[in-house]
Amino acid sequence: MHHFYLLMAMFLFLTILVGLLRVFIGPTTADRMLAAQLFTTTGTAICLLLAEALQLDGVRDTALVFVILSIMAVAAFVRRLVPKDPGGES
Amino acid sequence: MTIWDIFSILFCLAGGVFFLAGVVGMLRFPDAMSRLHALTKADNLGLGFIVFGLCLRSLAVPVIIKLLLIWLTVMLASSTACYLVGNYILQKAEDRPKEN
Repeated sequence: MHHFYLLMAMFLFLTILVGLLRVFIGPTTADRMLAAQLFTTTGTAICLLLAEALQLDGVRDTALVFVILSIMAVAAFVRRLVPKDPGGES
Repeated sequence: MTIWDIFSILFCLAGGVFFLAGVVGMLRFPDAMSRLHALTKADNLGLGFIVFGLCLRSLAVPVIIKLLLIWLTVMLASSTACYLVGNYILQKAEDRPKEN
């Protein structure tokens, strides 16, 4: 049974590799950031599958850290590239 | 192999299909706004199916609760991130005619 979870994790890893094309050819930085966001979710799924396949409970905590870091990355990206607040000027 | 294993395999395969659809949409859709749409589908449904498949397989209640909490956190994070990135795209589209 755990072979299936390992194969599934490998398949998700392949989708990450294919999706890297969008990071290379993405015309804007927003496209690249969206691709990275998709990779984070895929990485979370890979961590959960590996935790079940290898019976490692700590890997689930790693998945949780992935999620929290991803939202921090997006928040930093938006703050860095938009200097002024949308409704800030009174 | 019990009936739960078969259901777990089916749900995990469904999640894999949604992740594949997310990557294909990420590569094929024309602009960033529609790519946002592809991303949220993979985030919510793909990971949701995989988490549900793993919940069927594991017998311990704390593990199931942790898996569901991870899924809820992913949905919260992805919807917040999609709002932020969409807002950024819209704002940049408004700024562009002024620059030209």
